[in-house]
Amino acid sequence: MTRGRPAEDLRDTALAEVELTHGLARTWQTPSGFWGALATVDHKIIGRRYIATAFVFLALGGVLALLMRWQLARPESRILSPDLYNQVFTIHGTNMMFLFAVPVMEAMAVYLVPLMVGTRNIAVPRLNAFSYWMYLVGGVLLWVAFVLDMGPDVGWFAYVPLAGPQYGAGKRADIWAQMITFTEISALAVAVEIVVTVLKQRAPGMSLDRIPLFVWSMLVTSFIIILAMPAVMVASTSLILDRLVGTHFFNPAEGGDVLLWQHLFWFFGHPEVYIIFLPAVGMISSILPTFTRRPIFGYLPLVLALVGTGILAFGLWVHHMFTTGLPRVGESFFTASSMAIAVPSGIQIFCWLATIWYGRPVLKTPMLFILAFLFTFVIGGLTGVMVASVPLDTQVHDTYFVVAHFHYVLVGGAVFPLLGGVYYWFPKITGRMMSERIGRWVVGLLLAGFNLTFFPMHILGLQGMTRRIYTYQADMGWGGMNLFVSLSSLVLATGFLLFFIDAFRSARHGAPAGDNPWGAATLEWATSSPPPPYNFVRIPVVESASPLWDSPDALPVATGLRMDRRELLVSTVADAVPEARESSPGNSIWPLWAAAATTILLIASIFTPWAVVWGAIPVTIALIGWFWPKGTPEDES
Amino acid sequence: MKPGRAARLCFLLLCLCCAGCTGWQSAMDPQGPAARRLDQLFWLFTGTAALIWLLVMLVLALALLRRRMPPEAVAEHRSTVAVGGAVAATVLIITGLTFASYLATRQDSAGHADALVIRVRGFQWWWEVTYPDAAPDHSFLTANEIHIPVGRPVRIELAAADVIHSFWVPNLAGKQDMIPGRDNALTFTVQQPGIYRGQCAEFCGLQHAHMALLVVAEPPEAFERWRAAQLAEAQAPRTPEAAEGQRLLEIKACGACHTVRGTAAAGTLGPDLTHLASRQYLAAGMLPVTRGALAAWIADPQTIKPGNNMPMVSLSADELQALSAYLVDLK
Repeated sequence: MTRGRPAEDLRDTALAEVELTHGLARTWQTPSGFWGALATVDHKIIGRRYIATAFVFLALGGVLALLMRWQLARPESRILSPDLYNQVFTIHGTNMMFLFAVPVMEAMAVYLVPLMVGTRNIAVPRLNAFSYWMYLVGGVLLWVAFVLDMGPDVGWFAYVPLAGPQYGAGKRADIWAQMITFTEISALAVAVEIVVTVLKQRAPGMSLDRIPLFVWSMLVTSFIIILAMPAVMVASTSLILDRLVGTHFFNPAEGGDVLLWQHLFWFFGHPEVYIIFLPAVGMISSILPTFTRRPIFGYLPLVLALVGTGILAFGLWVHHMFTTGLPRVGESFFTASSMAIAVPSGIQIFCWLATIWYGRPVLKTPMLFILAFLFTFVIGGLTGVMVASVPLDTQVHDTYFVVAHFHYVLVGGAVFPLLGGVYYWFPKITGRMMSERIGRWVVGLLLAGFNLTFFPMHILGLQGMTRRIYTYQADMGWGGMNLFVSLSSLVLATGFLLFFIDAFRSARHGAPAGDNPWGAATLEWATSSPPPPYNFVRIPVVESASPLWDSPDALPVATGLRMDRRELLVSTVADAVPEARESSPGNSIWPLWAAAATTILLIASIFTPWAVVWGAIPVTIALIGWFWPKGTPEDES
Repeated sequence: MKPGRAARLCFLLLCLCCAGCTGWQSAMDPQGPAARRLDQLFWLFTGTAALIWLLVMLVLALALLRRRMPPEAVAEHRSTVAVGGAVAATVLIITGLTFASYLATRQDSAGHADALVIRVRGFQWWWEVTYPDAAPDHSFLTANEIHIPVGRPVRIELAAADVIHSFWVPNLAGKQDMIPGRDNALTFTVQQPGIYRGQCAEFCGLQHAHMALLVVAEPPEAFERWRAAQLAEAQAPRTPEAAEGQRLLEIKACGACHTVRGTAAAGTLGPDLTHLASRQYLAAGMLPVTRGALAAWIADPQTIKPGNNMPMVSLSADELQALSAYLVDLK
């Protein structure tokens, strides 16, 4: 990178600091105004949108949960009709899994991964813009359908034949299946971007053993997404075909198989749990060093635990089907593999305990969320060992015991670390701190509210209360505990409400944060808060796993990137040795048009198969427009 | 937060709650060897889990409270040993629990040659129960209530007529799904006479919540008496009102879906009503079988069980009276 520089080749080496930052800002900026906002490919702007949208869906899904608790507070209550209740629990589950949990983790990664690996933008940034629009449309589709009383009512798992053409009347199950298609496209797109960003765009010197653990967890998660999502795409497409054109994939009367659906769905559905959980543990591993004032203990075992979980995730799906009457040998195998997942989870917990043990714990809100996580998640993990046992599962499967178990794992195991992550990275994203005082209340209310709401559900399940029932009879004796659960859910809801209030208030009035308010060690804290459009003035060079702690005064930087056009540094996979300068695509409105054309195709195909034929034309036009060379400097290189 | 105290409280709460967990639809009150094995396995897992959780919380509490810091090299070494030991312990515990779980499953799969075979077919939202016999005139159909003799293994053969259902009577055994296109079976023995409730455990549509069944376990002699009574044709009407009820059953829509053996009603879409009044409940656990409840149900089934497949048949008040008088006599 030391060849002669022509006069027009404006590299950062040749320029003074002020000139450089102005030039970079001009090159990387998002034009102001409506069209500028729609055309941006800045991973930070898109990431912020993604995060905000996902939290809107969290709030909406939470309202549905409260509706269900209102209905179940008393026996034989008639607040929700059975039809409405079935829509509500289906949309609660679908919304939380497909519109909140998976997207919010990917959203955090879209924002954070490029900063944490020290690059200027995410790889394939226009695809990133496209993925956000697809996600947004998928979510709006589901909720508009619900408002129009066309909401899916077949459960988030949409078992056939209930969701099939014979028993699933109307377009409800089709809307569910097509919503899956939207969120799948967006999830797969982000997964590909993250894999490329992590493998090829790391800052010089960030070899595999110096990658921040959140980035590692997102790399593993992205591979899981790429391998697992196609199964549910096949499943939902087959379901649409059964319903729309009368194929018989799942119709036993015509040689189809009902259990095929369950295999395909859970081959995706179980890894889905780890798609949500692994980013959360990655956040813990990245946050914990900051609040114990020491590097994480057991970096290598932690990475191996992430990879091990990712591999085992594909050997567990049958434990959702233990009561379907599969052969005993198969069931024993899946019991063993399901229990084995406790080992990598155990490794991570023990490494975190060791880090806290030999650290100097600072009990700020993010750290409190980690403690709340440990308190709650360990219970969920242990009940997970119970449901992994075939004989025990035959009693607790499809009861409130399982409802309790997976909320302990998903809320305790993923939402608590996520909220800790929000408190932790909020200053980076907005430039302002969230309130420490309110944060403590949020942790306390959520921890107490969560456990009071969900712990009694274990007992309700053992007392015979099955899942997905819109009511129960008074003589079952479940009334008292259900009332207690419903009242406790108000405490939990208050905690979430307080969190939203704090986030809104702090975004405008929080104390200014500065670059590195927590004294953290990773690269995202090496730039300003919020970061400039180009992320780093000069690409940092990494010499250890805790770069900001080991080079406290100033990070060494790599130079030689141009400032008059969007350029990234591409490095080798293993050792992150710089290989080349690569152009990064600029802002474009075409991803939006492509998303609009795809939306028309997908939504129309709920109603007629011909939509796939005629709808392909606008999609093709949009893609041609997207890839047509437009004579920008990036196109020429 | 004081994890130790919180943990003790939670554990106490759990014990207290479970002490009160006896019920006619509860996994905590096992009434046969299959359910009892599951209960013992449950407590083995729960005890182990509670100990592990307490231990983790204890270590976490100590880690937060301690102040002394050894040099980094010593800390690293001790952490490695501790984490290594903990992982080894995890592997051992997991292996032990897997083995315990495997043993329980193996005992369950032992065959029973002399088992009483009962076929149960799940419908939206009720259960069709068949007692098959080598001689066709000794086989009969009923619904929503299964009678079994105590002390003899029972093999329930499970099938589904429409969507997936799941057969679950927690006091007696774990659940087993009923899947269209597949045959499943469940074998258990009940030792104490009693009435046990079960309900569909797989989401099956609008009235999934109201799809209950009863298992009545009785001494062998009582069971044989019941069986003989079920084999008989329906009780002939004993009053003019009941006779009018039978006539209505045959000429109105009722007979299109329901069978009453010995009459012209021979539909197969709904539950067999030949001995309706010998059963405790109506509409899969919704209402007790009384004349008033029968009249209410026939008058407006969609308000009592919204979405179920029984239509409202328009009847005058006198007709309703006659029909319910007839049905409540079908012992």
